[in-house]
Amino acid sequence: MSQLNEAAAAVARRNIRVAFGPVVANDDVSFAVEPGEIHALLGENGAGKTTLMRALAGLLQPQAGSIEIGGQPVVIDGPLEARRLGIGMVHQHFMLVPTLTVAENIALGLREVRTWFPRLDQLADEIDALGARYGLAVNARALAGELSVASQQRVEIVKALYRGAKILVLDEPTAVLTPQEAAALFPVLRSLAAAGTAIVFISHKLNEVMAVTDRITVLRRGKVAGSLRTAETEPREIARLMVGGEVTLPQLEGMPTPGRPLLEVDRLGLTDARGVRRLEAVSLSVGAGEIVAVAGVDGNGQQELAEAIVGLQRPDTGRVLIDGVEMTNRPVAEGIAAGLAHIPEDRHRTAIFERMSVTDNAVAEEAGRPRFARWGMRRRGETQAFAAQLVADYDVRLGSVEQAIGSLSGGNQQKVVLGRALSRDPRLLVAVQPTRGLDIGATAFLQSQLLQRRAAGAAVLLISTELDEVLALADRIVVLFKGRVTGVVARADFSVEQLGLLMAGRTA
Amino acid sequence: MSESASEAAVGLARRWLLPRSVLSGILCVLAAFAIGALLIAAIGRDPVLAYLSLFEASLGSTNGLAETAIRTVPLAFCGIGIALAFRAGVFNVGAEGQLFIGGVAAAWMGLQLGGQPQWLVLPAMGLAAAVAGAGWSAIAGVLKLRFRADELITTIMLNYIAIYFVGYLLHGPLQDPGSPLARTARLATEARLPMLLEGTRLHAGLLLVVVVAIVAQVFLWRSVAGFRLRAVGHNARAAENTGMNVKAALWTGFLICGALSGLAGFSEVAGVQRRMIENLSPGFGYTAIIVALLGQTNPLGVLAAAVLFAALQIGSTTMESAAGVPSALTTVIQALVVLLLIGQNALPRLFRRRAVAGS
Ligand SMILES: Nc1ncnc2c1ncn2[C@@H]1O[C@H](COP(=O)(O)OP(=O)(O)OP(=O)(O)O)[C@@H](O)[C@H]1O
Ligand SMILES: [Mg+2]
Repeated sequence: MSQLNEAAAAVARRNIRVAFGPVVANDDVSFAVEPGEIHALLGENGAGKTTLMRALAGLLQPQAGSIEIGGQPVVIDGPLEARRLGIGMVHQHFMLVPTLTVAENIALGLREVRTWFPRLDQLADEIDALGARYGLAVNARALAGELSVASQQRVEIVKALYRGAKILVLDEPTAVLTPQEAAALFPVLRSLAAAGTAIVFISHKLNEVMAVTDRITVLRRGKVAGSLRTAETEPREIARLMVGGEVTLPQLEGMPTPGRPLLEVDRLGLTDARGVRRLEAVSLSVGAGEIVAVAGVDGNGQQELAEAIVGLQRPDTGRVLIDGVEMTNRPVAEGIAAGLAHIPEDRHRTAIFERMSVTDNAVAEEAGRPRFARWGMRRRGETQAFAAQLVADYDVRLGSVEQAIGSLSGGNQQKVVLGRALSRDPRLLVAVQPTRGLDIGATAFLQSQLLQRRAAGAAVLLISTELDEVLALADRIVVLFKGRVTGVVARADFSVEQLGLLMAGRTA
Repeated sequence: MSESASEAAVGLARRWLLPRSVLSGILCVLAAFAIGALLIAAIGRDPVLAYLSLFEASLGSTNGLAETAIRTVPLAFCGIGIALAFRAGVFNVGAEGQLFIGGVAAAWMGLQLGGQPQWLVLPAMGLAAAVAGAGWSAIAGVLKLRFRADELITTIMLNYIAIYFVGYLLHGPLQDPGSPLARTARLATEARLPMLLEGTRLHAGLLLVVVVAIVAQVFLWRSVAGFRLRAVGHNARAAENTGMNVKAALWTGFLICGALSGLAGFSEVAGVQRRMIENLSPGFGYTAIIVALLGQTNPLGVLAAAVLFAALQIGSTTMESAAGVPSALTTVIQALVVLLLIGQNALPRLFRRRAVAGS
């Protein structure tokens, strides 16, 4: 472990402890970041990364420990105090008001901006200039609700900078970005660091950590497992520190023996509420015992395709067949009854009930089945036993199955969603970005589960923007570009160059 | 060992005896009374005397208790209906109109069935009231689910339509032939709810509303349909994605609220007025919104909140005569409860901000 140069540290924290009831999220954690340094905070799902940073941002109070900023001991008793001390945090879930412009969002709650008649034009100019200085392309006059995920994130960073952040915390910033967008973020972080900002970077992707950070602190189950210089280590060693053992990602092996098609999508077309054409004559099929991946840059119709198959969006042309049975525009419940499971992309909006318990979330799809209900009344013992089993099978780290799912760490929420979908033994699985926010161990576990389903004769439609994942798992790859299929490639013919061309819209 | 045991005990107490939501409700009520006391003192009266006479009148005698219980019935019926609708994410504030429609339907049915046995007449009246109230609420349901019209606005507008429509019926087709007043003929004995307590006006509607509260509580927290209702209220999109019937849950919210508010009308007609009159409700359906919120949209909590508000209203006139405090003060206290309930989340933050600014 390298020695912490605490005198020069932008932030040093000593012996921090945060507990939620019986769950100790941070236990005697010490941690320091220097100005101009990009510091990775790593650890498994539920290791306590977000908690540690929330304590720094004044969003919760540690029960023990001290915090120093620039060598001075401080008490951060609220977000305002954190801001005064120059701490800015970009949360994994952005907090922009969609109906306001970027400039208005940044002006919200700022003392410096006049309360009654803020000079928004001047502010907008300043924001544009600030963005330009660090290569953060933002349009201060655009409506926040109309921005892509990547530009919302840039706005969040600019917001933190505008508020004078000298210490910038980014909680899994790349989880919601495409690889291209993530690659564009790194030079920005570099230039910020060069200007003296201390950056804390949380991620589960070790290649990013190797590429962009200077130092690494690894948390394991709430404790510091190690602190290293990025240049002096390698991914295997980091992974070992995180999970306490080796992790190997599974790889698809053996040729497919596709059975009858379980999913057939026939010339599907879909226009969204704003009148934009999202899908145009998309056809594909997934056979029993096959994993078909849909690759493409995010926002090219993937979500619409998944939701049209599941029944959440109404296609206006074309058909969806599940095991030969017409399912176009049928209620979601019918798909579930036919053995379809859906892992949606946007966990918070589409998959979970944040303020309901883990148990309730785990049985949401099956609450009415005889197993979980009798005479229309829920069987508590059965539902809790099921949730407890799911939590054990999928290694969900939590205090109790009766706690609200929103209080779980992001990755552990995702594990509940995966467990809910997989424990039904679906014949057809539509998984959109299923490993988003998962640590390496959980990613490996999920991927091996997908392969197991394939071996058991299920059909898997894997929609992912992670090319590595797609290449490792798919029997076939369908590439989407602007709502159209630009190519279908079989496993034997996979080549990154060709996929890149297809993803950019060149038809084969 | 013992530490975890005591932690478990605290957790248990939290969950079953005094959950935070209950505690915050009680605190809001106490704070409202405290502010009320300041107001009383400010007009030079004695707050202790005022509150004593208020509760003496509403809770201190058999008759006072009976009157409070009678008041509780319509407030609780409407409040429970509103609470269940809120749980589904349906902001139905049309209980007042649904109550009037239910009342007139009950009276009409009671007059139609004059001379039939009581076991037939009363259930028929109750059913008519529930169906009519639900039907009235369904208008807002159609407007929302078909045309995406906000129920907050349509239900309020439907209240006015309902009250004027009932007024028309009472001045016209349903008017008591032997009377110049806008009211129906008197209901026969078979069409009246049985009395519960000799020498008071307390009627069997109280039993009905207690049963409804218990059933609603079990429905909400133990049944599959109640679970789906809450899930839809929390996140309709996730509910749809997990195969729940979102429209069915929203309809449940509209219809239950209408049916229970209709029953409030029925119990007022069959238990108190013994006929349909133009001023059947002094705003029960509106007060019930506060009652539903104070009861944390939990049926049993709503019942408790309804008792409190009923006691306030019953005691207010005595307070006025005994302590010289205008009875409108109870309206002020009710309003304060709402403001405190809404503002309670802001209070701790306000204090924290002070502390930061001061440091
Ligand atoms: N508000 C809360 N109430 C109860 N437990 C909580 C709360 N917030 C966090 N926890 C628990 O604290 C632990 C650490 O959570 P944290 O969110 O810090 O993990 P993380 O390292 O950010 O994980 P991930 O990679 O999944 O985001 C988890 O076990 C979590 O369930
Ligand atoms: Mg986290």
